[in-house]
Amino acid sequence: MTAVSEAVTSSAMRTREATVRRFALTDTIFRTATRLSAILVLVLLGGVAISLIAGSWEALSKFGFSFLTTESWNPVTENFGALAPIYGTIVTSAIAILIAVPIGIGIAVFLTELCPRPLRRPIGIAVELLAGIPSIIYGIWGLFVFAPFLQTTVQPFIISLFHGIPGLSSLFAGPPYGIGLLTSSLILAIMVLPFITSITKDVFDTVPAVLKESAYGIGCTTWEVTRRVTIPYTRVGIMGGVMLGLGRALGETMAVTFVIGNAHRISTSLFAPGTTISATIANEFTEADGELYTSSLVALGLILFIITFIILALARYMLLRIDSRTGA
Amino acid sequence: MRHFIRSAAVAIAMAAASTLSLSAAMAADISGAGATFPYPIYAKWADAYKKETGVGLNYQSIGSGGGIKQIKAKTVTFGASDAPLKGEELDGTGLAQFPMVMGGIVPVVNLEGVKPGELVLDGPTLADIFLGKITSWDDEAIKKLNPDVKLPSQAIAVVHRSDGSGTTFNFTYYLGDVSADWKSKVGVDKAVEWPVGIGAKGNEGVANNVSQTGGAIGYVEYAYAKQNKLTYTDLVNKDGKKVEPTAAAFSAAAASADWSSQPGYGVILANQAGAESWPMTSATWILVYKKPDDAAATTEALKFFAWSYAKGDDMAAELDYVPMPDAVVKSVEEMWGKDVVDANGKPLYSGM
Repeated sequence: MTAVSEAVTSSAMRTREATVRRFALTDTIFRTATRLSAILVLVLLGGVAISLIAGSWEALSKFGFSFLTTESWNPVTENFGALAPIYGTIVTSAIAILIAVPIGIGIAVFLTELCPRPLRRPIGIAVELLAGIPSIIYGIWGLFVFAPFLQTTVQPFIISLFHGIPGLSSLFAGPPYGIGLLTSSLILAIMVLPFITSITKDVFDTVPAVLKESAYGIGCTTWEVTRRVTIPYTRVGIMGGVMLGLGRALGETMAVTFVIGNAHRISTSLFAPGTTISATIANEFTEADGELYTSSLVALGLILFIITFIILALARYMLLRIDSRTGA
Repeated sequence: MRHFIRSAAVAIAMAAASTLSLSAAMAADISGAGATFPYPIYAKWADAYKKETGVGLNYQSIGSGGGIKQIKAKTVTFGASDAPLKGEELDGTGLAQFPMVMGGIVPVVNLEGVKPGELVLDGPTLADIFLGKITSWDDEAIKKLNPDVKLPSQAIAVVHRSDGSGTTFNFTYYLGDVSADWKSKVGVDKAVEWPVGIGAKGNEGVANNVSQTGGAIGYVEYAYAKQNKLTYTDLVNKDGKKVEPTAAAFSAAAASADWSSQPGYGVILANQAGAESWPMTSATWILVYKKPDDAAATTEALKFFAWSYAKGDDMAAELDYVPMPDAVVKSVEEMWGKDVVDANGKPLYSGM
């Protein structure tokens, strides 16, 4: 009797052991597969970085640090400098962020605090749809609709308005081409708006209701609650959203190429044509036949890679900080 | 069951056979890559050629620079470029080069009340406008050329190509030929450091920017200007004669050129002599290996080019391209017979 029961137990033990072994095996496979996927991303990123460095080596070793400080971009004499595209990239992105941040925060405040419930979803979805429009559409719209409008109405008005005022008159100097640095900044502002809005809205939702209610309870206005409670509480998260938008603005290619004027010059006027790093690469890569020319374009790509990497790393870091705070 | 296995085996065999015949058909396609400017006419020729012979063309219009890179890497049978390679580069790589078809470049303007062909410019004036020395339409230099046109006191907005292009190469070559200032300050290339103006991508980008900007001037391919009814200008040519941009004027420039003066027929047709010659005429070139690894593929390509030379003239004219003069075609075909050979030195092309 005992022998029989022992036999039964041992066979049950064996089955259990086999099951455990099987589980351990599938678990190992699963763990390895996920780890490999994660490593693949790192390998790809490293591969991109290494090939950018290798590709730009010729240009960087020839021009050295002066590549970053030279304005001239001359394919005829093969003398290349990245200053004009870097300037254009940073100026257009900065203006785009300056315009998009107040509007984006405004939309987020309206949607989380003030909007009547039935309107909340339609407006939220409309903002997110903006993010789904392909950039080439923004480019075409910018060139055919927005630029002529700016050229015939807005720019002549601003030029005559600031005429004779030192500083402002050279910042908004003509002739009104319609396309230029300011036009691409405005297009970029529209393009990054949904990123900033949706992240800001999400972090606004993390503000504990009790905080806001107490503020209202002691007689604060909506403006005061937003200004003194919501924004300070979510400051880091908003910064993260802004950085993500900035990352997008820095790398945007097609829409900018259409409306920036593609001129390798640094001009004080925001109405003047300029260029950005990605627009230059998109324009010139196909017909760049000299080794040094191609290498200089890759070096531009490397610079953009580094700038974007820094911006996105900052954004991640800031979002992490707000995550850990809300988690605690 | 056995029946099933047999039928399955038959099905597999048939599938394999059809894959084989498919890959054979694909191998017969001629592969090429390069310039975007001649793409429409190459596509049209290829379409007609396929109907006649069953041999298709796979042409990637990725730009002249890309075409040169691909033929050097031997990934295609022929490369196509709007700017000719120099003699030493041809010798170094073992490539043969010949012109395939021509076109013209025209200045286009946007001036209120000025109709196509009303305005006339000459080379030095055009160069000074693109150098930023002439900034207003009522400048003395333009007035002198156009005593009968009412010119506004309007700022000139220069529009140029932002992408590297054969059109820019030919345009800047002409400006460099007529203006020493242009040659020393800006130079000649597919992309240059423009002293003034805004850059727009492609012929269509330049055309759009010119038609939207009052007082603008730009340059586009003739076919593009004609099909979009842009306001082109006439030019004064090397002989001092005023000419209109027409197919006849482009042909005249090609006829007066000395094609044997450059290795690989690399003659730039800008500023050619002759009373009828349009000064901004341009050709586009084909590159093949003189001793190709795949002799059969190159033979097929040469057959296609010979057919296009012989039967493609009307199709070219329909798309506002200009066919090569017969004398040039004859010389090119003689060159094939002499230079383009297989591993044993036997010519790949032996007449149609």
